[in-house]
Amino acid sequence: MKGQPLIVGAGPAGIRAAQALVAAGLRPLVVDEAPACGGQIYRQRLIPDGRSSRDLYGSEASKAEALHRDFAALDGRLDYWPQALLWNLRDGRADIMVEGTSRQVAYDGLVLATGATDRTLPVPGWTLPGVFTLGGAQIALKSQGCAIGSRIVFLGSGPLLYLVAWQYMKAGAKVAAVLDTAPFSAKFNLLRGLPLFPGIVLRGMRMTAELKLGGVALHYGVGDVRIEGASTVAAIAWRQDGLEHRLACDGIGYGLALRSETQAADLAGCRFAFNTRDRAALPERDAAGRTSVPGVYITGDGAGIAGADAAERAGERAALALLQDRGLPHDAARAATLEAELARIGRFRAVLEAAFPFPAHWMKDIADTTTLCRCEEVNAGEVRAAIANFGVHELNRLKAVSRVGMGRCQGRVCGAAAAELLAHETNRGIEAVGRLRSQAPLKPVPLTLALTAQQEAAE
Amino acid sequence: MSRRLDVDVAIIGGGLVGSSAALALRGLGFSVALLDKGFCGAQASGVNYGGVRRQGRPVEQLPLSQRAHAVWPRLKALIGIDGEFLRSGHLKLARNEADMASLEVYAAEVAEQGLDLELIGHNGLRERFGWIGDGVVGASFCAGDGHANPRLVSTGFAAAARRAGVEVLENTPVEGVTRDGEGFALEAAGNLTLRARFVINSAGAWAGPFAESFGEPVPLSRIYPSMVVTEPIEQMMSVNIGMEGGGIYARQVERGNIVVGGERALPLADPDFSRPRGDGALAIMNNAAALFPALRHAQAIRFWSGTEGAMPDKNPVIGPSGTTPGLIHAFGFTGAGFQIAPGVGEVLAELVRDGQTQTPIAAFSIGRFAGISARTDAGSGAGQNQEPQHSGELRP
Ligand SMILES: Cc1cc2nc3c(=O)[nH]c(=O)nc-3n(C[C@H](O)[C@H](O)[C@H](O)COP(=O)(O)OP(=O)(O)OC[C@H]3O[C@@H](n4cnc5c(N)ncnc54)[C@H](O)[C@@H]3O)c2cc1C
Ligand SMILES: Cc1cc2nc3c(=O)[nH]c(=O)nc-3n(C[C@H](O)[C@H](O)[C@H](O)COP(=O)(O)OP(=O)(O)OC[C@H]3O[C@@H](n4cnc5c(N)ncnc54)[C@H](O)[C@@H]3O)c2cc1C
Repeated sequence: MKGQPLIVGAGPAGIRAAQALVAAGLRPLVVDEAPACGGQIYRQRLIPDGRSSRDLYGSEASKAEALHRDFAALDGRLDYWPQALLWNLRDGRADIMVEGTSRQVAYDGLVLATGATDRTLPVPGWTLPGVFTLGGAQIALKSQGCAIGSRIVFLGSGPLLYLVAWQYMKAGAKVAAVLDTAPFSAKFNLLRGLPLFPGIVLRGMRMTAELKLGGVALHYGVGDVRIEGASTVAAIAWRQDGLEHRLACDGIGYGLALRSETQAADLAGCRFAFNTRDRAALPERDAAGRTSVPGVYITGDGAGIAGADAAERAGERAALALLQDRGLPHDAARAATLEAELARIGRFRAVLEAAFPFPAHWMKDIADTTTLCRCEEVNAGEVRAAIANFGVHELNRLKAVSRVGMGRCQGRVCGAAAAELLAHETNRGIEAVGRLRSQAPLKPVPLTLALTAQQEAAE
Repeated sequence: MSRRLDVDVAIIGGGLVGSSAALALRGLGFSVALLDKGFCGAQASGVNYGGVRRQGRPVEQLPLSQRAHAVWPRLKALIGIDGEFLRSGHLKLARNEADMASLEVYAAEVAEQGLDLELIGHNGLRERFGWIGDGVVGASFCAGDGHANPRLVSTGFAAAARRAGVEVLENTPVEGVTRDGEGFALEAAGNLTLRARFVINSAGAWAGPFAESFGEPVPLSRIYPSMVVTEPIEQMMSVNIGMEGGGIYARQVERGNIVVGGERALPLADPDFSRPRGDGALAIMNNAAALFPALRHAQAIRFWSGTEGAMPDKNPVIGPSGTTPGLIHAFGFTGAGFQIAPGVGEVLAELVRDGQTQTPIAAFSIGRFAGISARTDAGSGAGQNQEPQHSGELRP
């Protein structure tokens, strides 16, 4: 008798994985921190309001509706724990915080579909109230129906920059400007994406045009960004073509594309390898999503940034791999189709990366006084001093001597910046400085977290 | 590419023991190579709880512990940083009358050693340490003990050794040591060959095979103490806390985080690494919240563990090899090497220079295991209490 597979994450990847497992007669357990299924992009609002799914998800409304509906249809044939945080993995057991207690689950097959979060780099003033990540700004709009300010600037790189600005404008918010850190010329790369996914490229162009028509100033090649304000955001200043610019605003949405949430894979013992495109260490996996640990699969944006459409396919593909590895019937033709589609999306990702490059060079000149690690309140100058005084050139050693990445977020927010700075300071490639090792709990848990009866029984 | 190096002293292992020995030896004018298989201070010495405590040690450790005690306040001068060393005092709690009685016995036994222990009753505790919850009947206070930041201290000693001219070779595992004429030949990763007149075996939990290869097998096992740290909270815990009989220890760092230890972790597939078990960490957390009411609304932000070498009698092996002149051992600190390591470093330097030391170390001789054919046990984690606790039966 085989045990129950565990799926972590009920976004597009986790939902499609669950669906495929249920179709094969398995009964997976699906856990997600969020109160409802959908993941990041298809997040549901907290309280029903007058908005339609068209209002919420725009062009992706039908995909959102299909996912929510398909997951609801699995009711009774799987176990689903919403508001359940996976906080530890060890020896084939998962520790999950749900309803105020901790349950230990012995799983047989683990599908990690933990998605991504915003990637940023520190700039002066980035910790001021009024500065949100692009994703955070979007969540405020989607799930709470509120805007992050009354005069908003969007800053960064990546498709989400224009998308969120556009969503805000459509929702009636005052968007003062979009500041793109890449030069305008980078956008010509999108033309290479036309033959692959014409619809997506044209939709992006239409959004940009509508932003312009709506009176939103678009600036390209923005650098040396400084966010100003005494207690909250008052203005943003930057340099562009050698000229100084400044704009008053009371809300800033900022993001430099996304970063994969890989900590669970780390605790599961998966081997990692450096990925040049994402400039991050990612769990090694085959085209189906098998990691280096038998029975552990990784899928969706948590395995490397590829977007929601890829996540749906990758989730299903990983589930087929799990079935095959269990010796169950699985649809090999379907698996091949999914892999081909994923490869095509992968080629498009390379185009997007060229059109929206990550400004890694920012970290070379970051001012000593700029906060690098927000949780532990460590600035760039302190990090530089720690690198020099202790002679460290590896990221975990830097964490040990400087406290960077040691706080509540465990380096989710500052890890990329710390790695880039360490690479610059030690004249190494980013791939040579190592990656932050993850520790449980994956997110903070209350000290009084109780052990449940199940857990004692399992011992 | 092969490389050759000729030094007076080769040190295997750049933990706090090896790097403090390296620094002391440079101070005496020796040429020194310090080799570590990973990064100096990344194992037990850099991830431990940070207790700088003499109280509770077996009597035979106290002279060495007192010697180290004199080094801690001089860190700034010695390695350029204070390592966040705080002479806060160490308060060892008793849960019941029997535990209080054994604290009293210990205090009487070490009365001549200069620890200046103060026994505190229930009412005294209430008055002076009101933040400690119920369920404690009394305590023993050692005002001169304290705590420090192991991440900084251990890395700091290695960095200071490098600045003083020690050849620090990281990511360079020593793969073999042989006696060679008047000295030793060491083979290390990266095709490195080292010649040295003296070798110090300070390879921590990995020291066993080196001793065994010179005909001195030791019953060294591995233990993995579990640590939990909370988010920063308001300053309240003014002293380093221990518990008679073990089970829990806690301190509050300058930033406000509380570090709590107790329980045991388990090794991962690679037994050089370990992580706390989920249920073990929860037990520590619940115990801490029960003992310190102010923690009832705090959150735990991280768990960790480390690999420590442990001896069955809880005493380390320190001193010259019984079989091989020029070889000196220093390992097996059984959960309590952080505080004494800077003293051990000085003693090791004296052993190299003079062949002897004024500090009594006879109890730590490797000779006490002669005749046992004990093999190094790569260990399940079963062992003794992490912070060796004074306990009636085990004291000689
Ligand atoms: C904030 C944000 C906004 C985005 N907006 C857009 C957009 O507008 N348009 C677009 O095309 N793409 C957007 N993206 C990208 C898009 O969301 C992803 O490509 C897509 O959602 C990936 O799907 P997934 O299933 O891999 O992960 P996700 O949809 O991110 O789902 C992962 C799920 O795992 C859960 N989870 C993670 N860790 C744990 C844990 N330890 N315990 C329990 N549950 C856990 C999370 O709660 C989440 O629900 C956005 C991404 C982010 C981060
Ligand atoms: C979680 C934890 C909590 C603790 N709490 C306390 C406390 O509060 N107070 C206290 O006094 N003590 C404490 N201790 C014990 C203390 O940390 C150790 O006793 C002390 O650090 C031992 O120092 P060391 O130099 O012998 O070992 P280590 O620091 O382990 O150093 C040994 C070094 O040898 C290297 N090495 C191994 N094999 C080779 C090889 N073949 N070639 C080259 N190098 C090699 C390793 O990489 C390592 O860096 C604790 C230990 C742990 C694990």
